[in-house]
Amino acid sequence: MNVYLPIANLSVNGLVIVALGALTGILSGMFGVGGGFLTTPLMIFYGIPPTVAAASAASQVTGASVSGVLAHSKRGGVDYQMGGVMVAGGLIGTLLGAGIFRLLQDLGQIDVVINILYVLLLGGIGGVMARESWQAVQAQRSGVPLPARKRRHHPMVASLPLRWRFYRSGLYISPLAPLLLGVFTGILTMLMGIGGGFVLVPAMLYILGMSAGVVVGTSLFQILFVTMATTMMHAVTTRAVDVVLALLLLVGSVSGAQVGAQLAQKIPAERLRFVLAALVLLIALRMALGLGWRPDEIYTVAPL
Amino acid sequence: MLQSQAGGRGRTLTRTFLALLALMLLTGARDPILVPEISQHEVQVRQGFRGADLLLFGAILTPEGSRAGQDYDIVVVLKGPTRSIVLREKQRIAGIWVNATSAEFRSAPTFFAVASSKPIGKIVDDKTAAIYELGLPWLQLSPIGSYDPQQQARFSAGLVDLMRRDGLYKEDGGGVSVSEQVLYQARIALPSNVQTGTYTAETFAITHGRVVASAISRVQVQKQGFERLVELFALNEGFLYGLVAVAISIAMGFLAGRLFALI
Repeated sequence: MNVYLPIANLSVNGLVIVALGALTGILSGMFGVGGGFLTTPLMIFYGIPPTVAAASAASQVTGASVSGVLAHSKRGGVDYQMGGVMVAGGLIGTLLGAGIFRLLQDLGQIDVVINILYVLLLGGIGGVMARESWQAVQAQRSGVPLPARKRRHHPMVASLPLRWRFYRSGLYISPLAPLLLGVFTGILTMLMGIGGGFVLVPAMLYILGMSAGVVVGTSLFQILFVTMATTMMHAVTTRAVDVVLALLLLVGSVSGAQVGAQLAQKIPAERLRFVLAALVLLIALRMALGLGWRPDEIYTVAPL
Repeated sequence: MLQSQAGGRGRTLTRTFLALLALMLLTGARDPILVPEISQHEVQVRQGFRGADLLLFGAILTPEGSRAGQDYDIVVVLKGPTRSIVLREKQRIAGIWVNATSAEFRSAPTFFAVASSKPIGKIVDDKTAAIYELGLPWLQLSPIGSYDPQQQARFSAGLVDLMRRDGLYKEDGGGVSVSEQVLYQARIALPSNVQTGTYTAETFAITHGRVVASAISRVQVQKQGFERLVELFALNEGFLYGLVAVAISIAMGFLAGRLFALI
């Protein structure tokens, strides 16, 4: 099925894009991550211009997180107060991100920086996730349960001034911590076209120390609004959002998200996390090869 | 649409002129004229566009309009709209490949295809090829600023290689067939990732290493219908366009959630 993308200026096989969307949708349904970290690089490998890929991937993450937020809010899994603070941070982050995007574009280093960010983030988080899930699987096999992790926030968070009570998260911390976290993921979303779920979820668990029941719902809530802002920002600044491409991705991802959510209930969580970790590490490795061994292209063209 | 000109282009020394005159008188040959035509003068880029196959054909005639009756080599150059670009080159610095150097070009064509009846090197010498831009090595990219020739050559080669692998630059040394010394035809494929704009097709008739006739015709490549609307909307009404994109994604996510809840 041949589809012409009016903004990307090329014709693609629509089914491939839908399948790509479905793959990331399944991931997002299973793990509660947006899956943007997978879509953007795969679209670039497929030949879609990087800016268009990053700008259009954000709207796909929006679609995939809508139903997730609805489902979680129905069972009280969203801390709106915490989410609101992080959305505010996220909006600041997208603005900063847009500025950084422009600056790096002018310096001609945008692709290099995006690659480095991918390797560092995916490599780091994938590594941590792989280790944890491996330990969990081993513990299950040997029958010796892992010592329960004590839920508490990072000492640096405790030292911030001005404390608020976040009842649903079970926290009494400064709102500056989630605000800064929001800013950080906002920048990432703008630069890399990812929702930032795979950064947010561990950060909310291990840095803020939020109670596990509201982590995924609140992270989806933040991602929903930040990706919406990112789409708007790209539409106004880079003008690289391709609605046809986004629509194809959405068709795949929204249905994939539903399938993924059902799959998640059937497969043991530790193994699932191990598979995700392996996937994340694989992409990080692919990107690292481009940085350290040999890039795909020595020359790149940009309009003047 | 059609323009024909005699070869020579001035600057001919009297002696060579006399020699040529003598040659013409001896052989009875005169500069021919070319009558070019293209299978379609408008390429519409719309849903389902997979690229287009252009047939560039025409006749080689004497000025009186009869058959030229002599073997000419034909070169057809199809050139897309030009744009100003920055070309960046990655180099390995401290173990990481980063964009280290760059060059700016004022007139890099977005599409450039050369088809000829014989490989260019066998038809004309390098100087003539460079003057008429016959072939990828002779692209006039108009670099901005001053570079040393060696670096400039490296960058040009890099650009040509990149564009060639994207299917946007090509050279076919046997792409033109001439039948009965009068009709020529070449087939040039436009891939789906072409830029829109005016494409010029220039045909050259060459004999004894000299360009004796040339003619230009044009092709309009433009987006039509929905594709054109989307592009204009995105360019002119960025904010509204963004709102529409956001609305679509929310509606899709919501709809899918509802639909699957029914199952």
